[in-house]
Amino acid sequence: MAYSDKVIDHYNNPRNVGSLDKSDPEVGTGIVGAPECGDVMKLQLKVKDGVIQDARFKTFGCGSAIASSSLATEWVKGKTVEEALKIRNTDIVNELSLPPIKIHCSVLAEDAIKSAIADYQKKHGIASSVQIHGTTGAVSSVPKVQSPRDGTAVKPS
Amino acid sequence: MVKLPIYMDHQATTPVDPRVLEAMLPCFREAFGNAASRNHPFGWQAEKLVENARAQIAHITHADPKEIVFTSGATESDNIALKGAAEMYREKGNHIITQVTEHKAILDTAKYLEKQGVQVTYLPVDPYGLISLEKLQAAITDKTILISIMAANNEIGTLQPIEEIGKIAKEKGILFHVDAAQAVGKIPMDVEKMGIDILSFSAHKMYGPKGIGALYVRKKNPRVRLAPVIHGGGHERGVRSGTLNVPGIVGFGKACEIAERELPEETKRLLKLRTRLHETITGELDEVYLNGHPERRLPGNLNLSFAFVEGESLLMGINEEIAVSSGSACTSATLEPSYVLKALGVGEDLAHTSIRFGLGRFNSEEEVDYVAKRIIETVKRLREMSPLYEMAKEGIDLKSVEWKKE
Repeated sequence: MAYSDKVIDHYNNPRNVGSLDKSDPEVGTGIVGAPECGDVMKLQLKVKDGVIQDARFKTFGCGSAIASSSLATEWVKGKTVEEALKIRNTDIVNELSLPPIKIHCSVLAEDAIKSAIADYQKKHGIASSVQIHGTTGAVSSVPKVQSPRDGTAVKPS
Repeated sequence: MVKLPIYMDHQATTPVDPRVLEAMLPCFREAFGNAASRNHPFGWQAEKLVENARAQIAHITHADPKEIVFTSGATESDNIALKGAAEMYREKGNHIITQVTEHKAILDTAKYLEKQGVQVTYLPVDPYGLISLEKLQAAITDKTILISIMAANNEIGTLQPIEEIGKIAKEKGILFHVDAAQAVGKIPMDVEKMGIDILSFSAHKMYGPKGIGALYVRKKNPRVRLAPVIHGGGHERGVRSGTLNVPGIVGFGKACEIAERELPEETKRLLKLRTRLHETITGELDEVYLNGHPERRLPGNLNLSFAFVEGESLLMGINEEIAVSSGSACTSATLEPSYVLKALGVGEDLAHTSIRFGLGRFNSEEEVDYVAKRIIETVKRLREMSPLYEMAKEGIDLKSVEWKKE
């Protein structure tokens, strides 16, 4: 599979990898995708006076997924929330020259932006008009904190 | 200093051994005759080369040269084995037993035969990829005409209990076919000792050229007959028509001769390298899981899942320098994760994180060390970028999370 130079660039030099404090009232956190699908994106935004001041992402997924979410954090910075909601997956596809088989990565990145915004809006009691592709619209339940999964790592003999 | 890129994907294919290439070259130059030209020296010469090679190829499996049929590869051999047996023995029965982690050459052919009215049982496997002999026994009916089980799995390297299966097949008078594409030349294969009636194998998995394979068809105790899939001239005793690929056959013969001679030493060496690779990686990284059986496995095969890091992104970090493959959905043309890992019960999340290392004849210790180093670096980098790793480190049980799927 040939990657575009831009995808390779984002993979080698990802923008804005990391985390913001999810308990910060100015921060909206969106987590989309599922491990079984091979794609999970966490995107966080720090919003002040309706403008996105900062953004961070972490992604479990292929090079195109990483690039899509990295690009998303680049694009949302400096935008108002309304402007950020206008970002379409097709914009990401065009910018990164994603092949058809990777379009779903761009869709997930668009969903991640919307999900983060929806979380921010919920924290501020703003009725969310955000539409997220294909989800039930339900907010994910608070994850149970448990002891680390006991792995079945087999040590070599 | 290692020479890049490093090839470590020997289950996908192998480089042609220089000695094999040497043996093949005359067939492209002076010795270009058609082995079926009975009436002149060009034909006789080609025929002699073919028969020499046939003997070498028979020898490595303890078969008689008369029992070897040349095909275009193991896929074709598998097709002839299943379709040929189903047709030839249709008066006797219409049930075939195979298992879920077989190569697609078997599974797709079986699916095709099901559409033609053949019943197929796909035996499940345990978490190591092994079938259960009890379940095999239980699946046999009076309509069963063929049992087809691979000797070694291409993804996880697991070795099936071929000799025990052979005994069961013999007791019940059922033909036993083995897809040994990954096994011949890597582990001892003996059709007599193992009770094998039909065997498929391929040159390009054992340092020979692509486009040539063999089908062993037992002549005695019992005499096996298979209906041909390809018609046209009756070559290879009517089992497989078509002008023989003389250069390919000569190369295949040489590859078998080399493999048989070097197998014991090579096995030791590959096991040592594989252990080194595995231990170096697990020495530096946690949450790394072995897929397949730890001991009953091809010496050169190592299949590891690196939790929280998706396979294609890992490959992207190293594939300019290192050739390996992955069970991740993103690396397959159909976006399906590895069906073999799924059959083992490996969770889909871990299937997406799997990498298959296939060590081979020409890999060195320096290469193993370099690959281990790059894998460790890349996994660490990607884990820093992984929301799953972050959640796991916070003590969150990922299995309890309700994910917002797309």
